[in-house]
Order: sequence, then C-alpha cells, then structure tokens
Amino acid sequence: MNFVINILSLGIPFSVALLIASLGEMFNQRAGIFNLGCEGMMAMGAFLGMLVPYSIGQGADVPGIYNYLGLLLASGVGALLGLFFGLVVVTFRAPQGIAGIGMQMFGVGTAGTLFRHFVGGTQSIPGINTAPIPGLSNIPILGPLFFNHNPLVYVAFLLVPLSWYVLFKTPWGLRVRAVGTQPRAADSIGIQVNRVRFQALALGGALAGLAGAYLSLCQAKMFSDEIIAGRGFIAVALVYFGHWHPVKIMGGALLFTLAQALQLAIQGLGIDFPYEFLVMLPYLLVIIVLAFSKKSLLMGPTALGKPFNREMRT
Amino acid sequence: MTKRFKTGYRIGVIILAIITAMLLGAIILWAIGADVFKTYLVILTEPLKNKIGITEVLLRTVPLTIIALGITVAYRSGIINIGAEGQMAIGILATTAIALAFPNLPRGVLIPFAILAGAVGGAAWGFIPGALKAKLEVSELLSTVMLNYIAAQLYTFFLRGPMLDPAELTMGSGTPQSMRLSRNLDLTRFIRGTRIHSGLFIAIALAVIIFFLLWKTSYGFKMRAAGASERAARYGGIHVPKYLIIAMMISGAFAGIAGSIEIAGVHRRAIEGVTSGYGFSGIVVALFGGLHPAGIVPAAFFFGLLIYGADMTQRLVGVPANMVQVLQGVIILVIVATKMIIANPYLMQRVEARWNALFAGKSSSKEVEA
Amino acid sequence: MEQMTKAIDSLRIEHITKRFPGVLACDDVSLEMKRGEILALVGENGAGKTTLMNILMGLYYPDEGKLFINDKEVHFKSPNDAFAYGIGMVHQQYMLVPNMTVLENIALGYKQAWKGLRLDLQSVRKRVKEVAKQYGLVVDPDSYIWQLSVGEQQRVELVKTLCLGAKFLILDEPTSALTPQETDDLIALLRNMSEELSIVFISHKLQEVKDLSSKVAILRHGKVVFQGNTIDHSSSDIAALMTGHEVVLPHNDAPACTLGPMLQLRNLKVRSDRGHLALDDLSLYVCKGEIVGLAGVSGNGQRELAEAINGLRKVESGQILFDGEDIANHTPAHVISSGMGYIPEERNTEGIVPAFSMKENFILKDSESPLFSSHAFLKKKEIDQTAERLRKEFDIRSPNTDVAAGSLSGGNIQKVILAREISRNPKFLIAVYPTRGLDMGAAEFIHKQLLHLRNEGVGILLISEELEEITNLSDQVAVIFKGKIQKVIPSSEASRRRLGILMAGVKDDEEI
Repeated sequence: MNFVINILSLGIPFSVALLIASLGEMFNQRAGIFNLGCEGMMAMGAFLGMLVPYSIGQGADVPGIYNYLGLLLASGVGALLGLFFGLVVVTFRAPQGIAGIGMQMFGVGTAGTLFRHFVGGTQSIPGINTAPIPGLSNIPILGPLFFNHNPLVYVAFLLVPLSWYVLFKTPWGLRVRAVGTQPRAADSIGIQVNRVRFQALALGGALAGLAGAYLSLCQAKMFSDEIIAGRGFIAVALVYFGHWHPVKIMGGALLFTLAQALQLAIQGLGIDFPYEFLVMLPYLLVIIVLAFSKKSLLMGPTALGKPFNREMRT
Repeated sequence: MTKRFKTGYRIGVIILAIITAMLLGAIILWAIGADVFKTYLVILTEPLKNKIGITEVLLRTVPLTIIALGITVAYRSGIINIGAEGQMAIGILATTAIALAFPNLPRGVLIPFAILAGAVGGAAWGFIPGALKAKLEVSELLSTVMLNYIAAQLYTFFLRGPMLDPAELTMGSGTPQSMRLSRNLDLTRFIRGTRIHSGLFIAIALAVIIFFLLWKTSYGFKMRAAGASERAARYGGIHVPKYLIIAMMISGAFAGIAGSIEIAGVHRRAIEGVTSGYGFSGIVVALFGGLHPAGIVPAAFFFGLLIYGADMTQRLVGVPANMVQVLQGVIILVIVATKMIIANPYLMQRVEARWNALFAGKSSSKEVEA
Repeated sequence: MEQMTKAIDSLRIEHITKRFPGVLACDDVSLEMKRGEILALVGENGAGKTTLMNILMGLYYPDEGKLFINDKEVHFKSPNDAFAYGIGMVHQQYMLVPNMTVLENIALGYKQAWKGLRLDLQSVRKRVKEVAKQYGLVVDPDSYIWQLSVGEQQRVELVKTLCLGAKFLILDEPTSALTPQETDDLIALLRNMSEELSIVFISHKLQEVKDLSSKVAILRHGKVVFQGNTIDHSSSDIAALMTGHEVVLPHNDAPACTLGPMLQLRNLKVRSDRGHLALDDLSLYVCKGEIVGLAGVSGNGQRELAEAINGLRKVESGQILFDGEDIANHTPAHVISSGMGYIPEERNTEGIVPAFSMKENFILKDSESPLFSSHAFLKKKEIDQTAERLRKEFDIRSPNTDVAAGSLSGGNIQKVILAREISRNPKFLIAVYPTRGLDMGAAEFIHKQLLHLRNEGVGILLISEELEEITNLSDQVAVIFKGKIQKVIPSSEASRRRLGILMAGVKDDEEI
C-alpha cells in the first residue's frame, strides 16, 4: 500500500507540465486556434527557466528568488512567442497546423542553440524543491499524496478552478468563447475578434513557457534537447478530447501521467519488462483515446482552425 | 492573372522566406555573440569548396528529396504527414531485418528486395494515421507525431535487443547498433574518395515518377481533387477516404525508402540518429519546393547545403548546429504566411493590379460577367 | 450601446460608393430616412443592399461618401460606433453563438454587464424583461441557441438589438427563412415597433414591401434607381424597376409524364446532422421527360433529400428506385455512373474544385473514363478539346479554359457545372437552388437549358425557394414540409397562396 502511495505521490508532479500547458492550449483552442508550436514554446520556457539560476550560480545553490525569476522570464517569453504565432496565423491567416510545426522547430532550435552556447553539456541545477504544507502534509495517506509537493504543483492544480472561472464567468472568457465559436456574431456586436485571439495566444504561450520551466526547474532539474518529449503535442491532443473543459483536461492529464507512473512502478517492483515499451505507453494512449473519443464540436469552439476575415463575402 | 506573375510571385516568396530567416537567425546569432556574416558564409559556401563537400551535400539531398516527394503526395491529397521520422525508422528496421536474414542473396536481388521491405514498412506506418483519419476522423497532425515517438522507441528496442551487433555484446561499448550488413546491400559509391552513392539516381527517378503520378494520371487527378476540395471531390464521386489512405501509404513508403537508401548507401548498418531531423526537414523542403518535384530537387539541395553547412559552423565559428532548425522553422512560418495570400485570388488580383500600375502603367483587370 | 441613446430623427446617406475587387457594390448612393418611417430597400441579389447596410453598421468602410445622423456627420470605424448612435441590425444569417444561452449572447454586447472580473448576468436578465414588456417579444433567457427554432432565433436577435439600445433597426431579408404565417406575425410586430423606431428592411419579396413599408428605395447594380412612397406604386411597377427590363421567364407548356417513372422515392427515412429525422417517410416520384418542382421553406429536408439520392447521406429505411434499380446507400460514384446528374446547392464548395482549372472541373467526374484517360494516363488533347467545346457551347465568359474555376463569377461557375452535367447525357438531373444569387440573364439561360433537357426526355427534380421559378418550369409541384411531401399538385393549380399554405404545413388547402 505504501508502495502505491509512493508511486502515486511521485507520479502526480509528473502531470504538472502537461496540465499547465494544456490549460494554456485550452484558451488558445477556445478562441479558435490550435497551436502545435506549444512544444517549441515549452522548450524555450525550459531553457529560460534554468538559465537564470544557472547564470547566477553555475549549478550551485542559489537564493530562491532566481528560480522564480526564471519562471517569470519563461512565461514572459512564452507570451511573446504566442503573440508571434498570432502574427502568422491571425494576421496573415496561415494554416495553423503547418505554422505550428514551424513554430515548434523555431522554438526547439532556438532553445537548443542558446543552451549549447550559454550552458552546454548535461549541466544540472538544484532547482525548486518540495515545499510540504505544514500540518496538512502529515495526514496519513492524503498527506504525502497531495500536500508534499513543490509549490508549482499546488499552483498547477489551483489553475484548474481558476481557468474555469475565467473562461465561464468573466466577460473576457465570454468573448473568448464567442470568438472561437461564431466569430461573425462577435464581430457584428463590436468585439475585436483578432485582438481577443492575440490575448488568448499570449496567455496560452505564457502557460506553455511556464510548463516548460517547470520541467527544467522542478522535475528534471536540467535541460536537454529531449526534455519536452512530445508533451506539447500531447497537450494539444488533451484539450481536444478533454472537450475544452478544465476539469476534463485535468482528468486527461492525470490519466497520461498514470501511464508514466506505471513505468516507475514496474521498475520499482523489479519486473523485467522492456523499458522502451513502457516509454511508448503514453503516446499509444493518446492515439487510442483520440480514436475513440467523440469528435463533435457541438459544445466546443466550432470555428477552431478557421481564420477570420470580415471582408470575405460568403 | 498571368502565369508570369504567379511564378514571379512564388520566387519572390521564396526569397522573402530566406531573407526573413536569415534576419531572425541573425538576432539569435548576435545573442550568442557569433559573427553573423561569417556564420552565413560558412553555411552557404564552405561545403561547396571541394569535391567531398559537394558530395556530402548531395548525400543529404537524397533522403530529403525522397521524403519531400512523399510529403508532397500526402499534402496535395489533403493530409499532412508529420510522421516521416517514424516511417523512416520503421523502414530502416524492415530493411535491416531483410539484410540480416538473407545476407547471401545476390546484389541484384537483395537491394531491390531490401528497399521494397523499407517501402512496405514505411507504408504500414503511414497506413495507421491514414486509416485513423479516414475512418475515425482522427487528426493526422496528432497521430503522426505520436507515432514518431512510438517508432523511435521501437527502433531503440530493436537496436539494443534483437538486432544488436553480437560484437557489441562481447567487447563493444554497448552502442545500440546492428552489425555491419551484408556487402550485397551496398549501393555503389561511384565517385572514389567520396560517400555519394547510386541512391542519388533512385531519388531523381522517384521525382520523375511522382510528377507523372500526380499530374498525368487519373489517380493523381483524383488525389489532388480530394486535397484541393474534399467536399467537391466527394460530390464528384471520388472516394476520398480511400485516396487519403493511399496517399499516406505512398508518403510512408517514400520515407521508408529514404531510410533504406541511407542504410544501404551511407551507413551500411542500422545505427542511432539516422533519421534525425530528416522527417521535419522534409516538410520544409516540400513547402520550399512549392510541392512540386521540379522545385523539390533544388530545394533539397539547398537544405542539404544548410544542414551540412550547419555541421561545420560548430567547428569553424562556434555556432551550434541547432541553428539550422531555427532557420527551417522561420522559413516554414514565412512560406505559410505568404502562401495564404496566394490562396486568396482577390488579394493576389489587387497586388497584381498595383504592381502593374506601378511598373507597367496597365489598367487593372476587369471583372468578367456571366 | 447605452439605453439612453438619442432618438434618431433623421438619417442621411450621401454619395456612398464602395468597391470590392472586381465589383462595384455601391455606386453613388444617396438616401434619406425620417423617424417613424419604414423603408424597404429592394433589389435583386447582388444589387448592393446588404453592402450598403453593412456600411451603415460600421462593418465596411465606404470608399467615398458621408453619413449624417440628425444632420451631424458621423464616421463609423466599427460596429461599436454604430451601436453608440443606436443603429442595430438583424442579419440574414443570425449572428448568434449556438452553444451559449440567450442571456450570454446578449451579454456579449451589453457592456453594462462587464464588471471587470465578473459577468453580471442578472442585469442582462432584467434588461431582457424590460424589452420583452415594452415590445411584446418573449424569449426564454436560459435556453441555448441551438435548441431554438429559426423563428425563435430571429426573435432573440430582435431582443438582442433592442436590449442594446437600438433606435434604428435594419433587417436583412427578415422573412427568408420563415413560413408565410410567421412572416405575417413578424410584419404585425414590426408595424407596432415602428411607432418608436425607424426601420429599414431589405427584401426582394414584393408582397412584404407592399404590406409593411411606408417608403421604398430600389437598388440595381449598386445604384439607386428609384425612391418614393410605397402606396403610390403597384407591385408590378416595383418589379419592373427592380429588373429593368421586361423579363419573360421561359414557361413550361408541354404535356408530361407519358413515359413512365424515372425516379421513385419510397418511404424514405433520413437523418440530419443534428440527429433528428430530416426525411420522415417521404415518398415522391418523377417521370421521364418531366420537371417536378419541390417547393418549401429552406430547412425542411431539401438538402438531406438531394444528398440521400446522390449517395452522400445514409438512408435509414426506404427505397430510391432509379430507372428500376434501388440506389439507396450506394456510393456517389455508383449513382453518378447510373446516369444521375446533380447541380448542388453550394456551387463553390460542392459543385467545383475552385483551385482547379475550368477544364479540370469539366472532367471531375470522368477522369477515369476511356474518353479522357487510357491506362490511367490522362489524354491531354481530348480534355482540352472537350473543354473548349463546352466553353463555347455554354457561353462561359473567360479568356481560356486554364483559368481557376474559383475566380469565375457566380453565373459562369454555374454554367461550368451545368455544362459538365449536361454533357454527360444524364438520365435524370437534380437541380438545387440553381439560380440562387444569379442575375436574370444567367437565370434565363439556365432555365432554357433545363426545359431543353426536359424535352429531350430527361427527368428533373427542381428544388428551389423561388416560387415563380418553380411554377414557371415545373409540370408538377410538390411541397415539402418537415421531411414529408404535403401534396403534389399540377403546376397550373399552384397559386402562390395555395403553395404558401401548404408550405406552412396545412394539408387541407382546398377549402380555404
């Protein structure tokens, strides 16, 4: 039993990067844009996140403020990348799929280039450590499971109800939903469709950057070319079959990390199972879920993927 | 809209893409303190300075061409194939398997057989996302990317396991790779002292085949119709799902063939890192080449130059090879951003009218009434 | 938009001109409106009515000209500016977000509800109640738009515009999707509202113009050709001014159905995209050499019917007998090769591949036929020759057959589709809204072609919204309502009033 709790409590933090990135992508898609470049933004975020503490301490311990500055830098640049993506797909109305791949290559390439130059090798950093919540973390079973993680884990799960509120209860969220479902209706009532889309992309980009920084600062405590490992793409898929709803998306994120946790469990139990097939599992799971989930856009953003052009006379 | 204007516009777009990429790349180069001018000079000219350099560029042109041809078939049929990396990997596994199983077959039999196996492996890996899209409406963008990661794991598994070089087990360093494959598989290296092999001719032949397939046959016609307007094609009696799957299989097969040829011509054994980047670079090449074989071959050469040149920059100017990915990403972004303008006939008409007014003093085109 | 918008006593449009690529949409238009008037803006499709109103709404910017409200010049940079002055529009395609509630849709524009981080739906609810009381417009604020009928959605649009403080109402083809009875209700409502608001409505239905408006302005090719008081002019005067010439549409006089049935639909059950039964036990037959016109308000199953016959939609039960063979649930390719011709509803997305050249579109259905290919290789010469021949025969205006089909004008595109279908010598033709959006010249050409086919023994199912087109061309008129055929009557007995009653779902039309 202890073993299961250990595995789960190790596994929950694994879902954080995916969760944060997916919530960001949710805003993008709700506004009508799907961003395959998420992976590239996460890569930049991962690099920038660890760049700050590393430049100060060269791998040694640093005051916590620098770690948080790294998070801030990652989110800020992520937002900028989101706006850059907006320039391509909103202003120039480029097809979002291929543009996303271009964005991904740009982000991953830039992160790799800058990393090799400024840091290089397999440099690790102390990163951000767990911050058990006093009192709550001592509760049997629930304690280690929920309250003994690093601060970003708490933030990530708090983001779920927060994004729910923003999306469904604020005027901005209303505009985002309108713009992604029926942009003409929003336009005719005076809402600036493209501006709202840029705003959503900035938010999505910031969260993607944050998610990447989490990976380098809290999870792996280092940076490498393979650190994102497809999580950006999985995030895009997750939003789709989480039906653009924060709670379902959270469920999906946890589901995928369960697959990863399974990998830990099997290794921990000493079962001899080819490592590669375990690593494959989350990706396989994505395909299976995509294959069998309902494809209806009825309650979601029906204008997803379509650029908006007022002068197009239909 | 005159044809001359259209071609002029396309060339303009390509040049714009290169310039923008170099400008944005320059920012990053400046950030790492590199000599911008020297870096670009190295990338673009260094490889061409001697025989070995040129043949090394040609060497990379081969898989880029073949993969880009496959991606073009898919793209023009309405399905975007991001999975070339994975398809290539599976193709390599298939080829290696054949070569390991039948090392003593004569060359004339082994080579075609092995390449065919590569094609079949790649086609199978392309069939999966094609069928998923055709039957279950699963976005190929997501499924192909996932399959890339799965294929990568399968590849590693086989190279560390069943296909591992026995020599590695006994006294090697544990490098995941197969043994040196049968010499009967080797594609001829026809210029002494260089690595360029007869796969080059296969690539060119495939380019010609694709041209005929897409523009001169009824099958190609239907595939292009399905890609240009899926709805109208359906209403026209074209069985779109069938052609989607066929297109993905062809695309996957080509990626598989590219993998086979890389093994048979260059590495002569299955090793790690063969596919690295070719799958994604193939996409850029396809777009850069205007999704047409005549454009793809020179585009592949250009990107072969970029990739090899970037390898050299690490040594010569201290710029990491990752720069190439940055340039490729920007090129994609510029091409798709400006291509949308091509797709909008109204806007193109306006641009043409303004161009004519500026340079030729002609009146703007008239609306044709029914 | 504030609730306290000033009343609009006068609104003037002076010398407005608007150009789109290749089209002069508005040509030096000047109009004036005073408070309490109902102006009907009349003209054929493409005359420039919607463009003019979109300019008034701030959605388009005029290339030349000025707008005056209460004698002060105004510039609208966006719909927000128009709202501020109290101008509101109900578009032909409703501007509502389907998966949000009525309240949320109104809240999108009701800025008083935007309290920073909180969306105050309560205040919207209050406002809706006020408006409902003032104008007698009742809507359920919590229902989702996708749950509402077309008529109910229109009411929501009206409520929305009024909640946002409209003092000047623009309605674009308000009755295009309503039954005659719903139309009457709307007209009564608007007459009521005109005591406080000014109303402009766009229509090409002359009966409504007579019933509702106090003033009428006629647009033709972007120019105002006439303005005046409605009572001073008869419908035929207005019609003549609309089209500009004596138009005599070809008339079907020949006898029918002597050659036996070609297409028989028996007890068809077909589902719509939403899941409900679009065709509910529908039966109909069309003979060789006969035109059957299918009249009905758009949305009663016409689209699903055409798709089902052509193999593009699943038939749950029932039979489609085409020349004796049941083709239900066969592939589109099979139906096409059995001799079925189809002019689809959306010419740009269903009829042609816009990126392909004209000649490629001609062979769209025949790329594998021995005429155009041998051993899978396309025969360039034959394709070019056929294309050139068709271009001349059908008088398609373009420099050559290599142009992209999508760049042709609507009428020419329709001709390409028609040429392709007719040159395949079909046994039967389904024409869905074939002259929608076309000018009279193109419509006349198409009608002539259809009659010619009929006289050659081809059966035709004509689906259309234009009652005049149906009664002119058809031998028999069938009325479709909620997925069933209400009645089939000979064309000679199909008066406008009788068709209107049948289209509304009333079966016993004889007694009225």
